[in-house]
Amino acid sequence: MLNVNDINVYYGAIHAIKGVSFQVNDGEVVTLIGANGAGKSTILNTVCGLLHSRTGSIEFLGQNLGGIPAHKLVERGLAHVPEGRRIFQHMSVEENLEMGAYTQARASIEPNLERVYEQFPRLKERRKQVAGTLSGGEQQMLAMGRGLMSNPKLLMLDEPSMGLAPILVEQIFDIIKRLHQAGTTILLVEQNARMALSVADRGYVLETGKIVATGTGNELLQDEAVKKAYLGG
Amino acid sequence: MSFLNNVITGVSLGSIYAIIALGYTMVYGIAKMLNFAHGDIIMVGAYMCFFAMGSFSLPPAAGVLLAVVVCTVLGIVIERLAYKPLRSAPSLAVLITAIGVSYLLQNSAQLLWGADTKTFRPLVEGSLVLVPDQLSISYVAVLSIACCVVVMIALTLFTGQTKMGKAMRACSEDKAAAQLMGIDVNATISMTFAIGSALAAVAGVLMCSAYPVLSPTTGSMPGIRAFTAAVFGGIGSVPGALLGGILLGVIETFAKAYISTALSDAVVFAVLIIVLLVKPAGLMGKYVPEKV
Ligand SMILES: Nc1ncnc2c1ncn2[C@@H]1O[C@H](COP(=O)(O)OP(=O)(O)O)[C@@H](O)[C@H]1O
Ligand SMILES: [Mg+2]
Repeated sequence: MLNVNDINVYYGAIHAIKGVSFQVNDGEVVTLIGANGAGKSTILNTVCGLLHSRTGSIEFLGQNLGGIPAHKLVERGLAHVPEGRRIFQHMSVEENLEMGAYTQARASIEPNLERVYEQFPRLKERRKQVAGTLSGGEQQMLAMGRGLMSNPKLLMLDEPSMGLAPILVEQIFDIIKRLHQAGTTILLVEQNARMALSVADRGYVLETGKIVATGTGNELLQDEAVKKAYLGG
Repeated sequence: MSFLNNVITGVSLGSIYAIIALGYTMVYGIAKMLNFAHGDIIMVGAYMCFFAMGSFSLPPAAGVLLAVVVCTVLGIVIERLAYKPLRSAPSLAVLITAIGVSYLLQNSAQLLWGADTKTFRPLVEGSLVLVPDQLSISYVAVLSIACCVVVMIALTLFTGQTKMGKAMRACSEDKAAAQLMGIDVNATISMTFAIGSALAAVAGVLMCSAYPVLSPTTGSMPGIRAFTAAVFGGIGSVPGALLGGILLGVIETFAKAYISTALSDAVVFAVLIIVLLVKPAGLMGKYVPEKV
């Protein structure tokens, strides 16, 4: 589904991503794990077109994404739930969800809203509430719901558990599992490596802009080096 | 009665300020820049209407339409040529560019239409007498207030109910996130400049109808006052622009009537400073704390 091939991304003179390649196949949950500053968000932002690679290629559903502006990727089936949620704080919960369906035909908005409200009943209760007044967990649910409103073929999640209390982290991962069971393809970026690897089919370990290990979720959970560096020994 | 007359004058002047302030506030909200040239769009609009009604003897409605069309196109072109290339430049560079555009418009007007002051023929003449010899309201004032009400209602419906209007609000909050929704941010910014400039054209025609002198610098003082009104109400806030505009018009008129004509601007700015000391974001400026 997604084929990232040898990308190099720079911030001015800073070489943030150094020749990274990876794949996400249909129906898979794939995770990128790595310490803070390893380059996880940079990779996702490059895939969704907000940043650009100097080399290599990014193919999505068999088509090269080079040169396509970020706002054109949504209608191709790519949804990105960015780090820090980035919901529209001054807009209501429902307006946020409507924005998620910006590229969708008017007729599909209602059924999509119902589907998202079914997944996140909390959002339905608060549909008229201004999003900035939601709790952190609710904001994350809103960000994910908003991403799902475009009927994405691939959902990218950047640290959905960041800053949440453990019980909310559990909830978020439960939702990811449910989405996976329902057939959604997910590219998940996390610092919480243990949780991420436990829900993922496959994972890649990123260190200072390079992929240093890859394997199935279980393999990486058992890997001595990974255990030591990311799973607290 | 003179008090009521002053209220009417203040509110109608304030309505014009509010229409201009909306342009500042919408552009600021989305492009996070002070479009210093906004005041000069007012002047261009007034000239268009002046020539349409004077040289071509068109009816007032056609004059207004021409002003709106020319200003809308001008607003879009200015944004494309002068501001868009600076989208990621430091805000100081953008500000200086905007000041440059302002001078460019003024000087071009001087070159094309001369530096002399022209007498603008008001869109409507006469006034509505409420109490003979004591209380009356000019039709221009009625028209200004009516335009302001219509513009406010239209904009509130547009930003609150339509898909494009909501996309505009989304862009003004977070451009990257808006792109991730599939919103074309550049097109949205263009549209905002178009709306702001169309409003400036309307304001220019109203302003010159109320104070019928027209010269290449006609737009700068109302521009600065309306910008003050936008800050006063809370820059980025649409109801704030309305409130700030009306208050500014009333304060200015009262200062002129009861304190001193020469000091009216000083009074306006003194009030602005006091408001900003008490409410740094302006009267209706929004602030939502970040949640974790
Ligand atoms: N806007 C930016 N400008 C310059 N450097 C940046 C910027 N964003 C990220 N970086 C740098 O790129 C590297 C990767 O960052 P990031 O992708 O955010 O990491 P992660 O998401 O894994 O925490 C870090 O060294 C970071 O300092
Ligand atoms: Mg990150």
